[in-house]
Amino acid sequence: MKTEADNMVAPTGEQAPNTRKSRSQWAEVWRRLRRNRMAMLGLVIILIIFFTAIFAEVIAPYDYRTQNLMRVADPPSREHLLGTDDLGRDILSRIIFGARVSLQVGFVAVSISLIVGGTLGALAGYYGGNLDNVVMRFMDVLLAIPSILLAIAIVSAFGGGLINVMIAVGIATIPVYARIVKASVISIKEQEFVEAARAVGARDSRIIIKHILPNSLAPIIVQGTLGVAIAILSAAGLSFIGLGIEPPTPEWGAMLSSGRHLIRRAPHVATFPGIAIMITIFALNLLGDGLRDALDPRLKQ
Amino acid sequence: MHKYILRRLLLLIPVMFGVSFVVFTIMFFTPGDPAKILLGERAPEAEVQALRTQMGLDDPYLVQFGRFIFNALRGDLGRSLTTRRPAAQELWARFPATLQLAAAGVLVAVLMGIPIGIISATKQYSLFDGFSMVLALIGVSMPNFWQGIMMVLLFSIVLRWFPSSGYGTFRHLIMPALTIGTSSAATITRMTRSSMLEVVRQDYIRTARAKGLSERVVINRHALKNALIPIVTVIGLQFGYLLGGAVLTETIFSWPGVGRLMVDAIRQRDYTVVQGGVLLLALTFSIVNLLVDILYAYIDPRIKAQYK
Repeated sequence: MKTEADNMVAPTGEQAPNTRKSRSQWAEVWRRLRRNRMAMLGLVIILIIFFTAIFAEVIAPYDYRTQNLMRVADPPSREHLLGTDDLGRDILSRIIFGARVSLQVGFVAVSISLIVGGTLGALAGYYGGNLDNVVMRFMDVLLAIPSILLAIAIVSAFGGGLINVMIAVGIATIPVYARIVKASVISIKEQEFVEAARAVGARDSRIIIKHILPNSLAPIIVQGTLGVAIAILSAAGLSFIGLGIEPPTPEWGAMLSSGRHLIRRAPHVATFPGIAIMITIFALNLLGDGLRDALDPRLKQ
Repeated sequence: MHKYILRRLLLLIPVMFGVSFVVFTIMFFTPGDPAKILLGERAPEAEVQALRTQMGLDDPYLVQFGRFIFNALRGDLGRSLTTRRPAAQELWARFPATLQLAAAGVLVAVLMGIPIGIISATKQYSLFDGFSMVLALIGVSMPNFWQGIMMVLLFSIVLRWFPSSGYGTFRHLIMPALTIGTSSAATITRMTRSSMLEVVRQDYIRTARAKGLSERVVINRHALKNALIPIVTVIGLQFGYLLGGAVLTETIFSWPGVGRLMVDAIRQRDYTVVQGGVLLLALTFSIVNLLVDILYAYIDPRIKAQYK
């Protein structure tokens, strides 16, 4: 009964113009983004990498674990387009499967810092006072430790592995999101529509989630996109010094690290995983820059 | 002004206390028994237990943290679990190399980033601008450990211009400094360009031009000075990034700094050294940020006036 009534009210009630307005707002952002050729290039590259990660089994010419000790560190050839690594495994296949690991680390780590940092920032910004003080002073402490060092400390204490790397990289960037969300919550919470929501008796949690957060999405989206790039780089760095994802999981940073000792004899082993990282980060940066311009047209004139 | 500096210095105390707390807590809950690491896996249980008591490892968490803070204030960060020498002494011996690398990296970043950013802004949408912006984006996107390896390949193995590792001379410094500084150079280039573009749109720049000042004077005296504040912030933050990046760069070039010491310590599960290293680098980063904030006041008299 209740759902029916809601459905009845929706088209004519206050909900309808609201959704139409927000839809056109995002359509406008998309229109601006589409005109930015560099940003679209970034988006296309990221979609290709996603596609590669999802269909890795189908695309990869070999299994990423298959070793061939007769063909150790072979240069690129027709059978192995990017050559083989120190254990005779196909590098192209490992890079394709590695996309899965890197994307996972990037998005999960950013989700962790966004959820924890965003919640802390929203609470600090909305309630202010002592809560704000305690939370933000703690964020200052975390910010005083360069983020890669904090991640190194966490991983060196609790060990490597996919999950721990995600958590470590995620925790290390919590303060960034706390600060951004807090700043935008403060700028929004005094506005009239928030006052109006409070006047009709909406609970704090509803005001924050329904009214304030949707209006502070722009800086979060931009920072999130760039944050995925930073997280992927940090995770690769951790793996490079042997603290990250463990073999035989193909991780770009770890592949690069194992190729380092072959640099004189077989430079391709270290070269290609690095290029894979670079293309991914490059695309994310292009998209992040484009989103910043599209979401805040005042900045671009 | 002195009052401001003093207040900022005092503020360092709670922050460093917090950093110590975080780092100590992470290391405290690390699986693995320092007494066992010191004595080796095969040491008799009684001996391990005796050492645990002697090191105070059976004391409650807060007692241990209190002792750690008390000792750290006197410059005692505990003993390395592998060499048994004081961790502070080991870290301090490696500290100059890391500072040298980070400073060289900042220098590379500033000397490349600011001029390129200014030229890009004054010639917006020119060929130079487009080219340098793409280069800057590549610079931000390149993992610095990969860049380091590629530079070794090109400049040490193929061209034989620079040694691939080692420490001491200027020739040893060039590749590590470029490796660690490139991404900061790219960030500073982008920041300088956008900050300059923001400033040249202001009315006082139009006024300066209307007075008939030469373009060079307008840019150097009027625009740059005002554009510098966000740039200085970025430089300060980049320094922290460089201290973190030192861990990777030092590993590639066998640079005898704090970063490589920490990586070796992690491999040998020498937590005292890891803990001390994070503290030392965080303290350095905080001091640099303090210096940057003081520098603001000299660049921007408006800020100075606030703290009179």
